[in-house]
Amino acid sequence: MKYLLVEDNYALANAVCSRIGLDGHTVDHAAKIEDAIAFVQAGEYDLILLDIMLPDGDGRSFLKQHRAGKNDTPVIILTARSEVSDRISLLDLGADDYVTKPFDHAELQARCRAVLRRKAGTSQATIKVGDVEFDPVGGYLTVKENVINLRNRELRLLEMLMNAKGQVFSKQKLVDRLFSYDDDVSENAVEVYVGRLRRHLDGSSVQITTLRGLGYRLDYD
Amino acid sequence: MTEDVIIFGSLRNRLVVILTGGAALLAIILFLFVRGYATLIAQQGQDNILSASVSSILGTAALRDGKVQLDFPYASLTMLNTPADDRVFYAIYADGELLSGYENLEVPKLQAGDEGTFASLTYDGAQIRVATATRTLIGADMPRQVSVSVAQTQDALSDTLNRISSNVALFGTGFFALATALSFWATSTTIGQLHRLTTAVTRRGPQDLSPFSKPVPSEMAPLVGSLNTLMLRLDQSFKQSEEFIAEAAHRVRTPLATVRSYAEATLQRVQNLENRNALRAMVRAIDESSRAAGQLLDHAMVTFRAENLSRENVDLVELLGDLVRRMTPIAEMRDVTLKLDAREPALMSGDPILLQNAFRNLVDNALKYAPSDSTITVQVHTTPTLSVNVKDQGVGFQADEIHKLAGRFVRGSDTSDQIGSGLGLTIAQDVTLAHGGKMILSNRRKGGACVTLQF
Repeated sequence: MKYLLVEDNYALANAVCSRIGLDGHTVDHAAKIEDAIAFVQAGEYDLILLDIMLPDGDGRSFLKQHRAGKNDTPVIILTARSEVSDRISLLDLGADDYVTKPFDHAELQARCRAVLRRKAGTSQATIKVGDVEFDPVGGYLTVKENVINLRNRELRLLEMLMNAKGQVFSKQKLVDRLFSYDDDVSENAVEVYVGRLRRHLDGSSVQITTLRGLGYRLDYD
Repeated sequence: MTEDVIIFGSLRNRLVVILTGGAALLAIILFLFVRGYATLIAQQGQDNILSASVSSILGTAALRDGKVQLDFPYASLTMLNTPADDRVFYAIYADGELLSGYENLEVPKLQAGDEGTFASLTYDGAQIRVATATRTLIGADMPRQVSVSVAQTQDALSDTLNRISSNVALFGTGFFALATALSFWATSTTIGQLHRLTTAVTRRGPQDLSPFSKPVPSEMAPLVGSLNTLMLRLDQSFKQSEEFIAEAAHRVRTPLATVRSYAEATLQRVQNLENRNALRAMVRAIDESSRAAGQLLDHAMVTFRAENLSRENVDLVELLGDLVRRMTPIAEMRDVTLKLDAREPALMSGDPILLQNAFRNLVDNALKYAPSDSTITVQVHTTPTLSVNVKDQGVGFQADEIHKLAGRFVRGSDTSDQIGSGLGLTIAQDVTLAHGGKMILSNRRKGGACVTLQF
């Protein structure tokens, strides 16, 4: 997926871009509204992440222009204010959702997914591996014309594995991605979700291979 | 607050003492003055009659054959009759020789040139008033000096005086009583103004810093003026500190977001267990501080808005629907199902921002303690009273601390592994109380916590 990040704080933008990149998405970064408008006119984006306080104006004015131009790319606001009335006015202006800084990256991803799902039809970026088709936005897995609705952690686990086929993921890395930082979970917790995915993928050309001491890898025939 | 005020005397007592004391003094002066004047007038009356009697006797004095003769008119004594049957004495002297009358009646000496004089004396054990006058009769050989004294006891006079005195005393007492009543009335109306101001100020909530706008007497205007100035300054400093908190939170959040994103990104690359643990601890600490900052700000806002509650019609089902939609991505991340169970619109009058904040805190809490693959239910009841339950399937509250969990910064003893500030339930409770409702914490029979907000 392609993101546009509008954020004037370079350090934060850098960190967010590299984090999003780790999930296998591409990100363009605009530091001011002017650049953001140019980016939006030049290319298609699946999602826009928008900071509110920008050097050449208020992010809300961008939002207004954006919506006025009949552009329905979903927008998620990144706000450092936590006043509730502020949030309501953000949503009134046509933002699809917002996260409060500092945000949990997993939460941001979850919100992106939810927003994209609500705009169903705009994105049909399904991943095909072997005889399996996976829709990471809708959370559907199609195995031999059999549609399975995945739960969130199953979905995220499968997305990770499918985006990097043949790559080994350590259990620790998977724990980091699947659980929030305030959950104290053992690495074995991952096994439960791997087990579930294996049941879903049963009979297909795709398998999750265990590499003892190293982790898991997605293989397909 | 009252314990800290040093109390010196009382305005009411001081006013009452001064006013009634003044009235008493006035009454006594009035009494003395009227009685003195009455005495004077009564004495003059007696003196006039005595002097008339004396001159009528003296008028009959004549020299006949060198001898002094008096024709004692009967009326000269009867005019002295009084209701108290006062006794009358007289003495007539010619050149110092008693012609007739009471020998031992002491007669005041007349000064040279004096035609007549009066004196108060004691005679025969009674107070008497004596009038004396002289006349010089010119005869053939030598002038003869005739002196007539008439005296009267003063029983009728003192009767009259006593009557007048008791009347004046009665009048004085009445005056005193009336003045005292008036002073009490004046005092209480004056103090009443102060009292009304005090009540109006006391009845305000601690956050109501609007100026006092009701009319006050001109003497109280400076006090109310200073009070209003003080309130204005307080209000400004409150607003400033609110803006300060909001600005501080903003300043803190942006760098925290940077650090958190870096830490998260780095965590994905680092293999060393020690480094990984350090990074995880870092992320947790960031979450904790940002959450605390957010909740402190929310709490400040809730306190502020709760005191100036702006009410509008709110459909709780619609409000909760929005909230559940907004929280669903977070619930999904934990494989928790968040659902709203409501059958009909639930209308109430309240502040939607506060209500949303309260419910968000409850759902937030439930999400923190709900295990994977469980369900959190937000249930709206409209009968018998409007109430909302937020139920999870976690471990529930510990029975021995359930009653104190709503306190500020109080956290359950089994929550050390969860990030929290201990303000969530406080916020929910404050909002509920501001709307005239109550918050009830309980545990579900099949396990899990249930928080009920009853409006």
